[in-house]
Amino acid sequence: MKQQAYKMFDASTIPDDLCPIATEPTPMLPGDWRSMRPVVDRAKCVKCAVCWLYCPVQCVIERSAWFDFNLKTCKGCGICATECPQRAIAMIEEAA
Amino acid sequence: MSAILKPKSKLIVCDGNEAAAWAVSLANVDMVAVYPITPQSSLVEYLAKFIADGRLGAEIVDVEGEHSVLSVLQGACLAGARTYTASCGPGLAFMFEPYLRTPGLRLPLVMTIVTRDTLTPQSVWGGHQDAMSVREVGWVQMYCESVQEVLDTTIMAYRIAEDHDVMLPVNVCHDGNYLSFGAARCELPDQEEVSAFLGEKNVNWHVALDPQRPMAVDPLTGGAGGPGPATFARYRKGQCAGTQNALRVISDAHEDWGRRFGRYHAPLVESYCMDGADYAIVTIGSMTGAAKDAVDEARARGEKVGLVKVKTYRPFPAQALVAALADVQAFGAVDRSVSFGWNCGPLFQDAITAMYSAPRRIPAMSFIGGLAGADLTVSHFERVIGRTRELARDGHAAETVWLNGKD
Repeated sequence: MKQQAYKMFDASTIPDDLCPIATEPTPMLPGDWRSMRPVVDRAKCVKCAVCWLYCPVQCVIERSAWFDFNLKTCKGCGICATECPQRAIAMIEEAA
Repeated sequence: MSAILKPKSKLIVCDGNEAAAWAVSLANVDMVAVYPITPQSSLVEYLAKFIADGRLGAEIVDVEGEHSVLSVLQGACLAGARTYTASCGPGLAFMFEPYLRTPGLRLPLVMTIVTRDTLTPQSVWGGHQDAMSVREVGWVQMYCESVQEVLDTTIMAYRIAEDHDVMLPVNVCHDGNYLSFGAARCELPDQEEVSAFLGEKNVNWHVALDPQRPMAVDPLTGGAGGPGPATFARYRKGQCAGTQNALRVISDAHEDWGRRFGRYHAPLVESYCMDGADYAIVTIGSMTGAAKDAVDEARARGEKVGLVKVKTYRPFPAQALVAALADVQAFGAVDRSVSFGWNCGPLFQDAITAMYSAPRRIPAMSFIGGLAGADLTVSHFERVIGRTRELARDGHAAETVWLNGKD
């Protein structure tokens, strides 16, 4: 389904020293400031979906035989790695 | 105050808490969120009754604590509702996080502070310490002297808060015990006339939770090295300007109220017996009644004493106070609270700060009394008048005088 775009409110009608508001969506996503990245060991993953249940930003994607992550929205919290019963997820440092 | 009742007004006898509830009803508030606390409890019970009886068509939310009270009301305000709550003392303390944020969001909430001394020592009785402790947060603060003034000021608060040039939350403060439970004659103005005075609701034109005009409310400004701090400072300065605008808007609202309803309350400061006064006492809140009686008695004895009552405390009416005290030789300010670290009262401190801009320097003294529900009587004010007279004569200001210290 095509995403419906809202017409944003015209902030130029409001004094720019009144209440702080933003009417342009920021292009940044959590992945832009992540310091650690989850990596799945496909040999260990049994597709139990515990990571999918626990992920606070819902970035876990179902593949045919394992689970993967949408790295645009993953913020690198590491909850999936901590909760994975198979120890199939490792947190890897992002390149500087 | 007019002795003749306006044709459509109704005369009742009520205490300050009921008067505030009547005002909220007459202001056609949409959303009330409350948590009861002494000495505010009966106020919200009156409101609950008015809503249950269908007199006030508002939603009432019984939340689990004061932090949620203000959070609920912020959301309601952003959605376009006219909102109200009341609190005091420890309740106000628990409300502090959203309380800090409300003026920055420029939300025109109205909240009564039924003033109470803060803990510790344990006390559930009146005193201004709670309201005075939040005086620098950015809310407009007005202190009432009488039950009628509670009603009139609470209605006016909506017009002041929702003024385009102000857009700030307003605290209407009335003394716990003395005004909250003291019953007096009170005129209820006509609903249609109040609605005409308040005009259209003007709550969320500038910031809103509205799917038709999506926006992010209060996004992070960013830190040093980027445009964040300058953005932050711009909003701070805008808030300062709005706060100063309130002085004019408060004066206009009181003037218009007087024209429409026949009751002219002094908007910023009230000068009482200041004609030809050699020295003056400065008061705030309900203590002013006893202080005026003491001034009358002293005047009858030939003492040249006058009184200046501060009604609007934030923004501080510096110019009005300097003008009111322009011709006296000394003044004594009476506080119902303490400014820790200065060992004096906060009203005294603000008064001497304002007087620094006066053309001449006059001596002043701080008096503290009426803490934890203690009564400030005519005889206390006789002491204040006597000591201020000495001050006007010899110019030697002593340390803060505690009026109820040995009672």
